[in-house]
Amino acid sequence: MHIPEGYLSPSTCVALYAAATPFWYVAGQRVKQMLSARMVPMLSVFAAFSFVIMMFNLPLPGGTTGHATGAAIAAIVLGPWGAMIAVSIALAIQAIFFGDGGILAIGANAFNIAIIGSLVAHWVYQLIAGKSALTTTRRVIAAGAAGYVSINVAAFVTALQFGIQPMLFTDASGTPLYAPYGLDVAIPAMMIGHLGIAGFAELIVTAGVVAYLQRNDVSLLAWQANSTPASTSWAGTRRMWLVVAVLMILSPLGLLAAGTAWGEWGADEFADPAARQAITEASLGAPAPAATPSGLAWWSELWAAPIPDYAVSFISNEQVGYIFSAFMGTGLVILVILLYGFITDRMRRDHTAIG
Amino acid sequence: MAGEAHHGKKRGTFVQRTIDGLAETMERSLYAERLSEQAGVLQRLDPRVKFIGTLSIIMVAAAARNLTVIGAIAAIAIMLATLSHIPLKSFANVWIGMAVFSGLIATPAIFITPGPTLIAIPVLDWVITSTGLRSAAFLLLRSEVSITLSFLLIMTTPWMHVLKSMRSIGIPALVVVILGMTYRYIFMMLQTARDMFEARQSRIVGRLNDADARRLATATVGVLLSKSMQLSNDVYLAMQSRGYRGDVYTLDTFQLGGRDIIAIIVISVVVVTGFVFGSGLLG
Repeated sequence: MHIPEGYLSPSTCVALYAAATPFWYVAGQRVKQMLSARMVPMLSVFAAFSFVIMMFNLPLPGGTTGHATGAAIAAIVLGPWGAMIAVSIALAIQAIFFGDGGILAIGANAFNIAIIGSLVAHWVYQLIAGKSALTTTRRVIAAGAAGYVSINVAAFVTALQFGIQPMLFTDASGTPLYAPYGLDVAIPAMMIGHLGIAGFAELIVTAGVVAYLQRNDVSLLAWQANSTPASTSWAGTRRMWLVVAVLMILSPLGLLAAGTAWGEWGADEFADPAARQAITEASLGAPAPAATPSGLAWWSELWAAPIPDYAVSFISNEQVGYIFSAFMGTGLVILVILLYGFITDRMRRDHTAIG
Repeated sequence: MAGEAHHGKKRGTFVQRTIDGLAETMERSLYAERLSEQAGVLQRLDPRVKFIGTLSIIMVAAAARNLTVIGAIAAIAIMLATLSHIPLKSFANVWIGMAVFSGLIATPAIFITPGPTLIAIPVLDWVITSTGLRSAAFLLLRSEVSITLSFLLIMTTPWMHVLKSMRSIGIPALVVVILGMTYRYIFMMLQTARDMFEARQSRIVGRLNDADARRLATATVGVLLSKSMQLSNDVYLAMQSRGYRGDVYTLDTFQLGGRDIIAIIVISVVVVTGFVFGSGLLG
């Protein structure tokens, strides 16, 4: 499931680095707060642990074998923030030193496996385990479900990234330049493999290790359970989710609303009044320069091809519009939840003040 | 009966296969470390120049909309490998691995990508489209070229230097230190995991069934997890005893020489030319 180089366009890779950054930042802050000086050795050792268990070849029921990513077990023991850093580092070392996954794709792989994987695993584990005792079977089931669900959500997000490539990036003859399959092929192909095989590898490792720790080293399970139960609550990370929501809403808006990608204007657009209006709107009211910037004019002679038909292909493609709407919708949902949390918090505070 | 025997053989090799895999990873990195000490063209360059140069050329290959440009980068990579005394056969595993993986993924695209028919296969009623063939070539060539370039960097640069040179693209010192420590502990843990599997292997009589193999694997992961916690405490105490207060410093002792300046010029020319031709304006 590690995406190699050449499967995602450079712009998709950059976008996923950008999406991963606020998570890495907040995770860094949280882990530092929790571990202070202990952070460096702890993260290093656990990143090494993630790396090594990704190499275990697990026999699965039915005669096949599979690898686990270890993100779910890391999230259960270290908590989601520690896990997303440790697994991201393991992925970076795999890409740079072992050629497993592309270097440009580190952001994408970390976003899918480390960030989404850890968060989903944490939520599923918390949801099913509830407040049950550390040595109950319920925790083993919760761990298995966390492993299975998290790897499948990560695979689904990866499939979406593959699936949008041929809609967005083709050359003049219509040849897909990166992953060649649309969503209709990419999603089933990825999901059959993960629902059927890889999911079970993650399930077995996560549930098996939790069962093992229950018998032999329960302190490791207690460590995260007792530390900060509200560590991924909205309240604690509100600012990060706000940034994520705004990014999600803005990225498609920039592409669709103005019909032009912000900052990706062609030289001729500076001369066309309608296009100038669009640039002004996209720039939050700041007027476009009177003449084509000379640097852009020079560069556009070199780069003529991709820019003019870019916006057209975005708008005319119904599926792409659909994806971006979904993207924006998710961003809006996060905003609404944040707003709700903010209002209820205020009400509670007022209530306490009065009482 | 035959099926059973085959199954038995497969089950019996689970521990051995894992041991082999872990050993191979260690050997591969030792081999790369040895190659990086040879007196070749790339080995003599400043690691920062190589690191940024490799990333830029991978970027060019990723952005190119022209197969010739990607092919030209492949030729440059092979030429550099030869000039740096890296035997091409040391790339063989990487190339074959990637060809199998990307080939498997790209093959259906040859037939199902809509476009003008190139060849019609009579009996099966399948058609090979020119767009399908080109898109498969893009996927395969791009992934092969990128992995060749990144291996070229790793095989001509001591790994600690690669990590240090990351500072030059603005990666925080803290991240670089964690990456460096992780890298060291990976070897320690690979060794530990291998020892555990070997110890178990020496006590196995007959064959291990799948369920037992899974139990063994999860127990090994569990033990590694406990050991990790212990190890990180030990390392922390050791660091503290040497005066560690939570701040990290890295020594950046690289210096650009005349060779590096020439390399920067050559890389810039390759990158700009690659971008210009790759963008489709002249290609």
